[in-house]
Amino acid sequence: MMILDIKDLTLRFGGLTAVNKVSFGIEEGSIESLIGPNGAGKTSLFNCLTGFYKPQEGDVLFEGKSLLKLRPHKITALGMARTFQNLRLFKNLTVMENVMSGMHCRASSGVAGAILRPPAQRAEEKRIRDVALECMEFVGILDFKNRLAKNLPYGDQRRVEWARALATQPKLLLLDEPAAGLNYDEKMQLIELIRRIRDERKITVFLIEHDMGLVMKVSEKIFVIDYGTKIAEGTAQEVQNNPRVIEAYLGKEEETAV
Amino acid sequence: MKEKQTCLQSASAQTAIKRKNPLAQLIDRLYVLFDDKKVRYGVLAVAVAALIYLPINSSMYITEVMTTFWFNVVVCLGLNIIVGFAGLLSLGYAAFFAVGAYTTGILILHYGISFWLTLPVSVVMAIIAGLAIGAPTLKLRSDYLAIVTLGFGEIIRLAARNMEITGRATGLVGISRPSFFGIAMLRIDHFYYSFLVLAILAIFVSYRLQDSRLGRAWKCIREDEDAAEAMGINVVAVRLLAFIIGSVFGALAGSFMAIKMTAISPESFLFTQSVMILLAVVLGGMGKIPGVILGAFVVVIFPEVFRGIGMYRMLIFGVVLLALMIYRPQGLWPERNT
Repeated sequence: MMILDIKDLTLRFGGLTAVNKVSFGIEEGSIESLIGPNGAGKTSLFNCLTGFYKPQEGDVLFEGKSLLKLRPHKITALGMARTFQNLRLFKNLTVMENVMSGMHCRASSGVAGAILRPPAQRAEEKRIRDVALECMEFVGILDFKNRLAKNLPYGDQRRVEWARALATQPKLLLLDEPAAGLNYDEKMQLIELIRRIRDERKITVFLIEHDMGLVMKVSEKIFVIDYGTKIAEGTAQEVQNNPRVIEAYLGKEEETAV
Repeated sequence: MKEKQTCLQSASAQTAIKRKNPLAQLIDRLYVLFDDKKVRYGVLAVAVAALIYLPINSSMYITEVMTTFWFNVVVCLGLNIIVGFAGLLSLGYAAFFAVGAYTTGILILHYGISFWLTLPVSVVMAIIAGLAIGAPTLKLRSDYLAIVTLGFGEIIRLAARNMEITGRATGLVGISRPSFFGIAMLRIDHFYYSFLVLAILAIFVSYRLQDSRLGRAWKCIREDEDAAEAMGINVVAVRLLAFIIGSVFGALAGSFMAIKMTAISPESFLFTQSVMILLAVVLGGMGKIPGVILGAFVVVIFPEVFRGIGMYRMLIFGVVLLALMIYRPQGLWPERNT
């Protein structure tokens, strides 16, 4: 079953068509990737899926429900979480507070609850803490829980972002270049983590990534876009041997000869 | 290998806690001491007892100054919710206590309603005022928001200056003082206690909000609105709530101010008032409740202490503020080491 269905999605910025009639589906329970050269429209497409950009044409169906009219926080509440290409942590908050923010949409207490603290609110706060602690342990940052996010090394800040996204308890997790800026060891741990997210937490993972080694290792299916248009899809092997993909990354032979 | 790594991580997490500066070490130790509930409640009990005792053993002058201080604590904590917690720069906060003061004044003077019954009306008007400034400015950030809130403050003041019901430029005069369980509220110490209770309530509510789902959501939108939205936080609703709650704090303080002064005029809600409140919040340390209280204290006490040197005191005050903002932009209150 498809958890996410993208149909003829088109996004224009004035005269520039960033995403052009792109269609594909993400299988529930799979790990799939979106690749393409710089400026191909990958992050623009991500931003359409998560509600940050409003595409002009097409539709995005999440579990059969259209997302186009929804604000980003509603989409997160439906069960689709995302991370950002350039870290967007709450820098001056502690790691714990960062991860707890992910539980916001899974809780409901408001002003009266905050001031009067009835038993229901206390139970909810405990649940938020428990989930946050569990997510921090899952990605391996529990030791840092009381540190400010901005004081952590870069690799660990990435982990905070993953923990925060996991705390929203998603069904589908979108990772925008999760390996950017990570060293070799951290990339290996990331591959393991992505697999554990799918296998242990039953979360479908969809990632944009530049690191081909990582993409080829981890993805069960790969979509390739160039100039906003989908040019290929298939397994790592199929995509690697696709002439259009080679052309997009390396250029045509005649052109390179000049 | 993996165990070794986590072991190293926890070691680095702990070493970060030592600071060299002896003052910083003392502050860290005080923070740890205050984590003990017995110590915290013990200190609080002594402080509250001393504050209750204060007007009994002090001159009227000191009681008057301290009453002004408590009033400032309430409004500063109200503005702190908007500016400190939610990070929405507001330059028109005086408008919110103008709303409270005028609501109470008009209802008592023109309709003869009991003061205590005007309070809920004042709260409702504050909610409307919070929405009125919050809703149109949802898309605005920082400087732009500051300009619009400044305009809002002026609109409220100028409206009060020109409307019949608010008494135009003369304002409202002769607002009768209420009685509280048979005791007529006439003396300064009655108002001292009223504002003390209001301030304690404001502190309590601020702490409860800070340490809640809503308080965390405010901090998130202060740090990064887009990331907050991506985490499932309804940024629109959370921003509006900050304006509404901040406005309610201000309006309640304004209502009590109306009966304390018995007369209010548009000149009681000048732009400089809004600036002084913002100043106290920034001076003490935005978003830090004890810092904001300290800021309110400094803003009230400084001009009083240096009254002897007359008009020069504002000059010195200005120089001290400048120095503070240059050398300690995060505010007076010390940060906890993290």
